[in-house]
Amino acid sequence: MNEGSKKTIKTLCFAVLGMFTFSFALVPLYNVFCEVTGLNGKIELRATNDKNLEIDNGRDISIQFVSHNNEEMPWAFKPSEDNIQIKTGKYHTATFYVKNTTNKIMVAQAIPSVAPSNAAAYLKKLECFCFEQQELAPGEEALLPVRLIFDNKLPSSINNIVLSYTIFDVTDYNDVEFTQHHNDDHHDGHEMEPSI
Amino acid sequence: MSAVIESHNHDDHHHGPAKGLTRWLYTTNHKDIGTLYLWFSFAMFLIGGAMAMVIRAELFQPGMQIVEPEFYNQMLTLHGLIMVFGAVMPAFVGLANWLVPMMVGAPDMALPRMNNLSFWILPFAFFVLLSSLFMEGGAPNFGWTFYAPLSTTYAPPSVTFFIFSVHIMGASSIMGSINVIVTIMNMRAPGMTLMKMPLFVWSWLITAYLLIAVMPVLAGAVTMMLMDIHFGTSFFNAAGGGDPVLFQHIFWFFGHPEVYIMILPAFGIASHIIETFSRKQLFGYASMVWAMASIAILSFVVWAHHMFTVGLPLAAELFFMWATMLIAVPTGVKVFNWVTTMFKGSITYETPMLFAIAFVVLFTIGGFSGLMLAITPADFQYHDTYFVVAHFHYVLVPGSIFSIMAAVYYWIPKWTGNMYDERLGKLHFWLSFIGVNVTFFPQHWIGLAGMPRRIPDYALQFADWNMISSVGAFLFGASQILFLFIVLKTVMGGKKATPEVWEGSRGLEWTVESPAPYHTFTTPPKVN
Repeated sequence: MNEGSKKTIKTLCFAVLGMFTFSFALVPLYNVFCEVTGLNGKIELRATNDKNLEIDNGRDISIQFVSHNNEEMPWAFKPSEDNIQIKTGKYHTATFYVKNTTNKIMVAQAIPSVAPSNAAAYLKKLECFCFEQQELAPGEEALLPVRLIFDNKLPSSINNIVLSYTIFDVTDYNDVEFTQHHNDDHHDGHEMEPSI
Repeated sequence: MSAVIESHNHDDHHHGPAKGLTRWLYTTNHKDIGTLYLWFSFAMFLIGGAMAMVIRAELFQPGMQIVEPEFYNQMLTLHGLIMVFGAVMPAFVGLANWLVPMMVGAPDMALPRMNNLSFWILPFAFFVLLSSLFMEGGAPNFGWTFYAPLSTTYAPPSVTFFIFSVHIMGASSIMGSINVIVTIMNMRAPGMTLMKMPLFVWSWLITAYLLIAVMPVLAGAVTMMLMDIHFGTSFFNAAGGGDPVLFQHIFWFFGHPEVYIMILPAFGIASHIIETFSRKQLFGYASMVWAMASIAILSFVVWAHHMFTVGLPLAAELFFMWATMLIAVPTGVKVFNWVTTMFKGSITYETPMLFAIAFVVLFTIGGFSGLMLAITPADFQYHDTYFVVAHFHYVLVPGSIFSIMAAVYYWIPKWTGNMYDERLGKLHFWLSFIGVNVTFFPQHWIGLAGMPRRIPDYALQFADWNMISSVGAFLFGASQILFLFIVLKTVMGGKKATPEVWEGSRGLEWTVESPAPYHTFTTPPKVN
């Protein structure tokens, strides 16, 4: 086999390895892309440290809360208020009611989503139950808080926003990493904070 | 010319194939391996076709008739996977094996042993895939696109075997493409510059680059599935921070170039056949090459048109709509060139030409329905309906598969040394042509009327056209048995073919005897 062929083969093998690596690189690239552009309604799963969000003369927007249970997740899960009117640039605390309706200890993880998706980039949270997993004893109930603010830069075309949470059963899911990964600046928090 | 070369080499060379079964197991000869690929793909075509018959039999009437819904899902999944990875792709690789070395004046493929390996792992891949039919929980049932979480959280246990078989198919395709590229780039006869290469060679060079670029991505996607299923990762699992939509992005980043992988070699084949039977030089050779290259490049930036309804932002919907429509331009150039080549030509209508003309007409119909689907707002209506089924079957059956049949009729005299039976060939063409249109054309209408794809039952108003569609499918299916018979008859005997076979055929493969000697161009020919 001549030198030219050997060179072509080498280049092609590198291309194959490169593309295989690229397929895995697509995973972080996709997340970075979604976070930067606010597409897909993906919300940052960490507390904001932007101190300049609060202003006095924000405009009125309406927020609708929606809750879903993934698959066969048996917990009761619903927002305390379905609809609220808030102003941009002002913090608001909303709560969600959960109850472990089973007779075993269960762990849940809530995943947020925003519609319209281009509002996601302007939603900031000081704290959210979705930042960490929630563990409830049999029959235990809780009010889970989310303290949120909408940046006043929110496009003026957006007046109504739907904020949806889906809870997943992660009891059998070995997933300490996820919360740590998304919670660099958060203290350990696998227990319930405010209980009623 | 080459006949002289052959007789010159006869004394000092060990010639002719070995005898018996080991000839096929150990062979490193490109012609033997091409034959193996072609027979393998034909076997898969019949198996995948039998599954299509099950699907059409179930849809013959509304209500559940013959199979359980679970089995129906397995049938449509395996039908798609087998036709794409088992029938169309290996058939094109087989044609490449037979033709590329002869067309560029090379003695064999560049890496003959790897060539043997890349073929012989394929039967194992499909054995593994088909064996899942007999496993607990049944075969894969999530559609050939295997969207997560259907293929992860909700998949039958046999999904692991499916992943393994896709890995093997991918390895086979990658090795095949490396072989094709190295052969074309380094083993062309003196004087054959890139822009003098036959168009089939060009089409395969571009296809091979596409395969190198996207088959590893497919391997990555199934590896991520494997890790989600067995190793507790969350690539596609929202609870763990992953995203199921990510799967669709990765899949279609592979999948859209993949659909062009299944049509570009067909473009090459059609160009040769139309040129020969029009008895004119092909119109616009250079524009044909550039059109194929443009289509290949554009194929990497249109993937999200398969997922307009997942909730893409407006800017992305617009970008992918326009990029998709842009592909109509180079494709239009190709269709224009084929028609112009035929214009004022002295056309005769032998079987390969009939298939090639049908390819141009019916592929264009499939292209037009593709343009309709590219319109984002319209796609919200068409998405996941039978209109989509009609569209991709029009580009794949009378597109890719007609081109493969045309190629078989066109080159089989060179392969076997015998002419096929022209009357039977024409009969096969007309049965296939009528069958394909009766099967798939009504699916446009029931799709526009709202019949969803991938269901074993449907609302009553779709009954008439579904019955007609099924009748067409049975006709098309049965006429492929005739194809098998014609091929076998030609292999066994028939009128002897001359070296050039067709009046006015162009290219190095027509300068060697028919059947082509076991070794050709051991001394490279000179090309002016």
